Amino acid sequence: MAESPVSDANVKTVFVACWLLLALLQAYALYSFAIDWPIALADSLLTNLLLASTCLLISNNLRYYRPEKDRYVYLLIWCLFLAGLWLFISYQVLTLIFSSKREYLLFLEKSLIVRFDIAFLTLGWIAMISALWYNRQDQKLQEQRKLDAEKLAREAELYKLRQQLQPHFLFNSLNSISALAGSRPEEARKMIHQLSDFLRGTLRKEEEQWVSLGEELQHLQLYLNIEKVRFGHRLSTEIDYTEECTSLLLPPMLLQPVVENAIKFGLYDTIDTVTITVQATCMDKHLVITIQNPYDPDTANPRQGTGFGLSGVQRRLFLLFGRNDLLETKAQHHTFTTQLTIPQK
Amino acid sequence: MTRVILIDDEPLARMIVTEYLQAYPQLTIVEECNNGFEGVKAIGQHKPDLIFLDIQMPKINGFEMLELVDKPPAVIFTTAFDEYALRAFEAHAVDYLLKPFTKERFDKALQRWMEQRTNADASLAKTTALLETVAQSPAQQDRIVVKTGSKISIIPVQEVQYLEAYDDFVKIHTAQGMFVKNKTMHYFEQQLDSRLFVRVHRSYILQIQHITRIDPYQKDSYIAVLRTGAQIPVSRNGYAKLKEVLGL
Repeated sequence: MAESPVSDANVKTVFVACWLLLALLQAYALYSFAIDWPIALADSLLTNLLLASTCLLISNNLRYYRPEKDRYVYLLIWCLFLAGLWLFISYQVLTLIFSSKREYLLFLEKSLIVRFDIAFLTLGWIAMISALWYNRQDQKLQEQRKLDAEKLAREAELYKLRQQLQPHFLFNSLNSISALAGSRPEEARKMIHQLSDFLRGTLRKEEEQWVSLGEELQHLQLYLNIEKVRFGHRLSTEIDYTEECTSLLLPPMLLQPVVENAIKFGLYDTIDTVTITVQATCMDKHLVITIQNPYDPDTANPRQGTGFGLSGVQRRLFLLFGRNDLLETKAQHHTFTTQLTIPQK
Repeated sequence: MTRVILIDDEPLARMIVTEYLQAYPQLTIVEECNNGFEGVKAIGQHKPDLIFLDIQMPKINGFEMLELVDKPPAVIFTTAFDEYALRAFEAHAVDYLLKPFTKERFDKALQRWMEQRTNADASLAKTTALLETVAQSPAQQDRIVVKTGSKISIIPVQEVQYLEAYDDFVKIHTAQGMFVKNKTMHYFEQQLDSRLFVRVHRSYILQIQHITRIDPYQKDSYIAVLRTGAQIPVSRNGYAKLKEVLGL
């Protein structure tokens, strides 16, 4: 629920001060019409206290109910009614208190219309300000909700993109282990450990925001070792990087899907042996990683263009950096090149 | 002798099938293949009774490979994870093994095959129906695999200008030349994206992006002229379909 404007201490002080000033001005005005100071003050304080209460009433009402855009005329009617009510009560009370002051009562009767006008204007003004205030509050809340929802969606999306571990990879690895368990149990055990380390790495990295290139390459090596067991002699890999780059940072699990894509693209698009190369260099505040795989331009599907899983990586980079130019692909002379650029903080 | 061929791109995946098959001395593995190309060749050569076939393989997948075989043998599919394929298997009650599979599950699949092997026609019909279903999968919708003699070509659908009925075959016309595939027009009408390909005539399906103009021909019929200059007859019915796809 939107906060009332008078819930703020500052606004409260200003509200009270303004009303006191208003009351004093009215008292002075009455005095200048030759009414005694005590009566003028009493009249002014009483009527203004009532009016202020009426204003608070209408303002508070607007907190719970605001007319539709084209129904503001209801507000006008409501103000007219309240101004009338206020006038009636004020008049009754004042005549009761000052029943012996004939001159004052005469003046009071004559000033009724002016008092009504002023009360109506004041009420209308307060109503308008309140309506605006509450609309603004609602808008703010709505914006906040929208921002929260966007943030949540973004986080969920990032989480999902990070999580994109191919079930294909997992089940095929388990099948390889199953095959090895019969005749080469030592190798089966080794592969179980590699797979465990790899999976543990993926789980652990969910919590961290960024990892160093050195760590990511180690993790990648585990993945490549598993793939090499699966595909045997058909797959070989080359990883090339300079020592000073290893401390540079990148989002976790970013490299693996790109390499996975390169392996798939390479292994499924040619029937010969396949060499995947990964190269990391640093260029003024950027980490540049280049991944290359062979491909066959005659049969590679042009619509797949950037390959199987690269759109997820692209999306992730966009969500993290707000840039669309951090992933580039190039197909040339039977070699498909994917280049990742990671800005350093 | 009962001949078996294993087709899988992962050596270890073939190894476990070999191991499980040791319990069946009446079955002989005549060849192990690393990919669909080798598979097509080996099937033609050995005429096996049963094949174990992986789905995701280099160049052409297991289904595409089967399409290229004239008379597919009985198949037990082996796959790790492929939602689309699994749905197709379920729909056509074809047996499949999900990797990693146990010896018990493997035995059951073989058991089923042995019971059904007398009825070769029924199993062939099942395989044909399965292939029609998977042909509409997103992975296969954008290319056509054909065999010319012993040469296998993979044609991206973008390059297909038009298809022409030709007895029991379909001629596929592309910039690289013409290919023939042993399928029906109905099959291609189902497989190809209906937003790109329109069957404009009983004997013709054409890709709309290759059309340059459509001329009236006789009463109620038209001629579509392709960028290559080829002229394709368009029936009244075909013209209506064409107009709808082109949004005229």
